[in-house]
Amino acid sequence: MSDIAVTTDLVYEAKEKISAKRRAKGAVLRGFIYFSAALTTVLLAVILGYIFYRGVPYVTWNLLSTQPSLLADNIGILPNILNTLYMVVISLVFALPVGVGTAIYLNEYASNKKFVRAIELATETLSGIPSIIYGLAGMLIFVEALQMKTSILAGALTLAVMTLPIIIRTTQEALKTVPDSYREGALALGSGRWHMIRTVVLPCAMDGIVTGIILSVGRIVGESAALLYTAGLANEILTPLKAIAPGNPGSTLTVSLYFYAKERGQFDVAFAIAVILLLITFMINISAKLVARKLKR
Amino acid sequence: MTSIIETQDLNLWYGKHHALMNINIAIPENQITALIGPSGCGKSTFLRTLNRMNDLIEDVRIDGKVLLKGEDINDMDVNVLRSRVGMVFQKANPFPMSVYDNIAYGPRILGIHKKKELDKIVEKSLKQAAIWNECKDRLKTSALGMSGGQQQRLCIARALAVKPEVLLLDESTSALDPVSTSKIEDLLLELKKKYTIIMVTHNMQQAARIADKTAFFLLGELIEYGDTEQIFSHPTDKRTEEYITGRFG
Repeated sequence: MSDIAVTTDLVYEAKEKISAKRRAKGAVLRGFIYFSAALTTVLLAVILGYIFYRGVPYVTWNLLSTQPSLLADNIGILPNILNTLYMVVISLVFALPVGVGTAIYLNEYASNKKFVRAIELATETLSGIPSIIYGLAGMLIFVEALQMKTSILAGALTLAVMTLPIIIRTTQEALKTVPDSYREGALALGSGRWHMIRTVVLPCAMDGIVTGIILSVGRIVGESAALLYTAGLANEILTPLKAIAPGNPGSTLTVSLYFYAKERGQFDVAFAIAVILLLITFMINISAKLVARKLKR
Repeated sequence: MTSIIETQDLNLWYGKHHALMNINIAIPENQITALIGPSGCGKSTFLRTLNRMNDLIEDVRIDGKVLLKGEDINDMDVNVLRSRVGMVFQKANPFPMSVYDNIAYGPRILGIHKKKELDKIVEKSLKQAAIWNECKDRLKTSALGMSGGQQQRLCIARALAVKPEVLLLDESTSALDPVSTSKIEDLLLELKKKYTIIMVTHNMQQAARIADKTAFFLLGELIEYGDTEQIFSHPTDKRTEEYITGRFG
């Protein structure tokens, strides 16, 4: 047998060994990935299923359409539903323009890279701060210093500050993915910088901006700690005009959920509220996506 | 022959790097001028000074004058300048919108919004860029679905829609297949009747085929500039000869 035959045999053997090994490795990894995906799905399904199982029977028209009254021994969450919507709208009215504007400034106008990096670091840090600290700051600044008292407005402003980093970061990341060749193309046609941003860059970044909005809505709807200090626990029905005026407190669904479950031990109501919260979040997400699709065209 | 663009002692620095040195050139109207030279010689940089695209880059310093029809381009509104000196880039960069909106983008900047007028401009520009027949039935669909060659001609049409006096092409056929390249070359020969064309190219045959004038750049200097025929048959500078015969670059 010649040398070359021996070597090639060795190589063949080595290849077979290694491919058997790789197959085994591949199977294990694939198993792990499938398991992770399945576990996540099951967990989500169980949580959703349990909430609906416990909550749906107590979602009655009376619950949805009345306000609570100790005298009439009635529990209704209409004020809380309205307050949640007010909170989302008012917070975003403040946070969205400022957040998107800041992101545009950072990505399209700012030329001092060190300054940009400093702000990026600051926004990242801010987005990781526990919400109760925002509540504390909101209480000192909006409730007391600016004399808004415990009110929807003070709560919404607190949440606007809290969601600002999310909107800035997601918008900025979205702007970064817009190719420079689009910008050059627009400028080379004689477009001014702002016109170029409005007509080419922002439409391209719309998906990312909507992601930011959805994440923010999630945080606003899900927030309780920051609102306990700033928006209070009132359950009165407020008109939109009252909601934007200082001095009118109101609790959102999440805050009232906490209240019913923890202070009054009424878990049926708490689960019913959870169902409503899920549905509201779902609807807001869907509509944000629809709006984005419209704007893109 | 009247010149449309003239530079006087043009110098440009990127930070400390002296990228263009004392460029004096007069570019004739209604002709194709090719800028050739090895990578990094400054030809693209020179092209981008003509519509002030270098303004966008940080740490650039420019000295000397660029005159468009005798007027200093630094005294003009930069957006107006860019609508007079159009540019097509190396990689086709249609916007992610419909074919129609791509072409109408420039005219809309100029304040033209009436549908009838825009329709006319879009059709005319696409016809001028010899792409009307390929996309007249799909004006409302995204421009991103077109082939690379079509996209580049669309970009030429988009530039033509604002009626520039000068069209700058920065290696605009280097990413295209031979068939698309020859289509664009034919198109440029047609367009030079109405526009002045200045193109950067790495393809020496392309310069020889379609350019009336050729300028050879090396390390930031304009080494030689003259009629294409003369540059390619009797270059006066030894470095030009070495470059076009393929001895370096």
